[in-house]
Amino acid sequence: MYRLRLPIVDVARVAVFAALIAALGLVPGVSLFGPVPITLQTLGVMLAGAILGSWRAALAVGVFLLLVAAGLPLLAGGRGGLGVFAGPSVGFLLGWLPGAALIGWIVERGGRTPGIGRLLVASLAGGLGVVYLVGIPLYSLVGGLTLGQAALFTLGFVPGDVAKAVLTAFVARGTQRAYPDAVPAVHRERLRAGKEH
Amino acid sequence: MNGLTGAYVPGGSPLHRMPVGVKLLSLAVCCTALVLLPGLWSMGAAAAVTAGLYVVSGVGVAAAWAQIRPVRWFAVALFALQLLVAGLPTAAMLTSRLVLAVALAALVTLTTRTSAMLATLERGLGPLRHLGVDPFRLSLLLSLTIRTVPVMAALATRVREAQRARGVEWSLRAFAVPLVVSALRHADALGEALSARGLDD
Repeated sequence: MYRLRLPIVDVARVAVFAALIAALGLVPGVSLFGPVPITLQTLGVMLAGAILGSWRAALAVGVFLLLVAAGLPLLAGGRGGLGVFAGPSVGFLLGWLPGAALIGWIVERGGRTPGIGRLLVASLAGGLGVVYLVGIPLYSLVGGLTLGQAALFTLGFVPGDVAKAVLTAFVARGTQRAYPDAVPAVHRERLRAGKEH
Repeated sequence: MNGLTGAYVPGGSPLHRMPVGVKLLSLAVCCTALVLLPGLWSMGAAAAVTAGLYVVSGVGVAAAWAQIRPVRWFAVALFALQLLVAGLPTAAMLTSRLVLAVALAALVTLTTRTSAMLATLERGLGPLRHLGVDPFRLSLLLSLTIRTVPVMAALATRVREAQRARGVEWSLRAFAVPLVVSALRHADALGEALSARGLDD
């Protein structure tokens, strides 16, 4: 009766990844480039894409954002509540939805053994490209800035975001070697085989 | 971690007692009104109304400031930039619009229990049923996630300690790979446990 019903195994995976995104926001930031600490929350978002596949990743991000909107202090820095979605960074949060989905889509096209190059392209395209594409226009809208000015303000985040995208690719590769079921295509095949028994 | 209590400040004000759906709807109306307000006078009136609502709610200054604090630097930078580009009236309009929208949204969060908000959001997602989404599974997903956040936080701490013991403290990869693999193991064990209890069909 419900067409979009997720297998219960995947409900568990989506829930655990949504929780992982939250937990990575609680881990104190790490300083990579100078004094501005970067948080690992976006790492969680990009990893969800690379490991869960397109729409399950978007679902995990959606669940996470829903809990934030409900008032749980799960965003990096302990932020939460509806105020976050009235602030200037709203687009960068909403951009995670299509961003994670695109990462998943590209990784799914890589079959059973997505290579490091594909993972890297996916993380950069989804984690930076799509997120900025949604984030910058909304930033300029909230702030009454031109698109160029908003893009200029965002420039400071680019080095950290590139570093996290590269990290995502290597972490996803390491995870998928250690746990083959972390490849979306492998997982799907296993579920299908399980159903035939 | 300060538990998963959220920013809710207990109280018995009319705002606390208002149904969540009504509060969310009013918030949407107010935010739209903020965009349509014609001039500085009306913006001043909106600021007075917002301040009045905060007084009625009785949440206290500290709780209110904690909600506005995250946008303070953005507000200052925005004001300075617009002052240079467009002059004082526009700068004041844009900045107060942003701060008031954040303050009003925060007021809903401060006066609503997280559980009540979640229940309302879940009900709001109910119509997805017509698109083929199982509402029971959706609420299972939300409660599983809330339950799993502390588990994942504890897992992250444990992996961090193991990493320290191995002397690879500086390596983010040596932190993240074991964390994600453990998270997946946990997820798949959880999935099997749920399916063994007959939740799959």
